[in-house]
Amino acid sequence: MKRMSTAAPVSAARSLRRWPARLDFLQSATGLALGLFMWAHMFFVATILLGNDAMWTVARMFEGYFIFGRPVYGLVAALVATIATLFVVHAALALRKFPASYRQYRTYRDHLKEMRHEDTTLWYWQVVTGFALFFMASVHLYIMLTRPDRIGPFESADRVWTDLMWPLYLVMLFAVEFHGGVGLYRLALKWGWFEGDGSDATGVRRKLRFFKWALTAFFLVLGLLTLAAYMKIGMDHAPFYGQHYVPSAVGATGVTP
Amino acid sequence: MNSVTDSAPPRAANPPADAPQRMLHFHVLRHDPQDPVSIPHFDVFELEEAPGMTLFIALNVIREQLDPSLAFDFVCRAGICGSCGMVVNGRPGLACRTLTQDLPAEISLAPLPAFELIADLSVNTGKWMRGMSERLETWVHSLGQEVDLARLEARMDPELADRIYELDRCIECGCCVAACGTARMREDFMGAVGLNKIARFALDPRDHRNDEDFYELVGNDDGVFGCMTLLGCHDVCPKQLPLQTQIAFLRRKMVKAGL
Ligand code: HEM
Ligand code: SF4
Ligand code: SF4
Ligand code: FES
Repeated sequence: MKRMSTAAPVSAARSLRRWPARLDFLQSATGLALGLFMWAHMFFVATILLGNDAMWTVARMFEGYFIFGRPVYGLVAALVATIATLFVVHAALALRKFPASYRQYRTYRDHLKEMRHEDTTLWYWQVVTGFALFFMASVHLYIMLTRPDRIGPFESADRVWTDLMWPLYLVMLFAVEFHGGVGLYRLALKWGWFEGDGSDATGVRRKLRFFKWALTAFFLVLGLLTLAAYMKIGMDHAPFYGQHYVPSAVGATGVTP
Repeated sequence: MNSVTDSAPPRAANPPADAPQRMLHFHVLRHDPQDPVSIPHFDVFELEEAPGMTLFIALNVIREQLDPSLAFDFVCRAGICGSCGMVVNGRPGLACRTLTQDLPAEISLAPLPAFELIADLSVNTGKWMRGMSERLETWVHSLGQEVDLARLEARMDPELADRIYELDRCIECGCCVAACGTARMREDFMGAVGLNKIARFALDPRDHRNDEDFYELVGNDDGVFGCMTLLGCHDVCPKQLPLQTQIAFLRRKMVKAGL
């Protein structure tokens, strides 16, 4: 058997044609990495609910404190830089999917209202929240990148309360949980994960959607409790703004609010 | 209208034959693009519901008794020809397969978007489908091999034949295209109908095109990578084709071919 009709394409044109596959793959890969990081991140910050010492331990762990015996802030900065890179690549790729004109936007809106179809509506909100994350996540990432030395029970709480980050975090919590949740759900459908032999794709989808909402609800509750905890600590610690936390095991001289 | 009840399918949900029937209001989008003075508007037709009434029956009653100028398409009235697709209360579907008893009393009917409007509820899906078929070359390519009509065809595994047949049940009604947010926004998107066809020929051993060849056809943003997995297509397809599974299958295959 041989191909008779077309001559072999010029190699430059050939590699050009491969890019849609790579971009689609990268969109999903960065989305997956960010989505999973988002959930892990929520558990890390939520350790504040277990007490200041627990959160302190997690923060030091990321600085390699327990390996090197001293905090290496560069490790944190490197992790933030990695996430920021994923974030920028993901956002750049997502731009391909945005409505490209007001006409397209209008068409989609009208279509969404007529169809009253959950997945069609979810995509719209995914785009809206993704757009909002452009700005909100950038602020957060920049601060983490430039002040990796100020992460801890008091340090973070001061930022949340005295530095007035809580309104941003509150809105960002809803945006990121919604966007990431829908994104991971869509990712599973897009690539046909969990579908088995495909004989019950609709049933699998119904279950996935249930899981998605359940997880979103769980992380929103966890996130709100966590944010409230930092706000409370930050409020109490406001007169001592800037003082570092010293874990109870290390010093009885530890600063208490 | 009592006399028609006998032929109605015995459904538990059906009201008893002597129960008073609902008055239905059909809000039908009217427009004739050939007529320079025509402006799109809704006409409202009132009709008494009959047991087992489909939109096909209702529209014919309207045309016979209320407005002979109403344009709409039907051929088979059995969900086979794919010509009666329209937007029913916002969702694309086949008029001949839609029972009025499953709808509220206020029913809005509009032509399928994304296709060229002929008049009122009639659209030119054929033209769109032909364009798609030519673009995607949706026929068996026996590259370089002469087809010998005198010889028996090579045997095919019955299970494979079933899988191909399953996808071949597409009637090209266009509902999946009208239900797709991507297709609505981006006119060149080939829609679930096109992707399903490629998935079908990719299965067929008589088609000698390989993944590289299919990649040339659908490995781009008008093809499988343009699909945003909104799954409107899957949810409205009147033939219940496994579009969700097929598009995911094609996406995995095409990413492998393209990476
Ligand atoms: C600048 C910020 C962001 C923008 C503009 C953005 C935008 C988008 C858009 C438009 C999509 C839909 C793509 C498609 O339908 O193929 C998407 C998918 C996705 N996003 Fe984001 N996003 C952003 C940040 C994030 C973040 C921080 C996360 C992690 C929580 C995330 C996780 C995902 C996931 C998992 C998907 C699914 C990927 C796929 O469908 O292939 N995104 N994003
Ligand atoms: S895939 Fe389904 S909805 Fe689309 S044209 Fe074929 S039968 Fe109609
Ligand atoms: S999954 Fe969505 S975007 Fe893809 S073809 Fe179906 S309706 Fe269109
Ligand atoms: S009339 Fe043929 S599908 Fe409805």
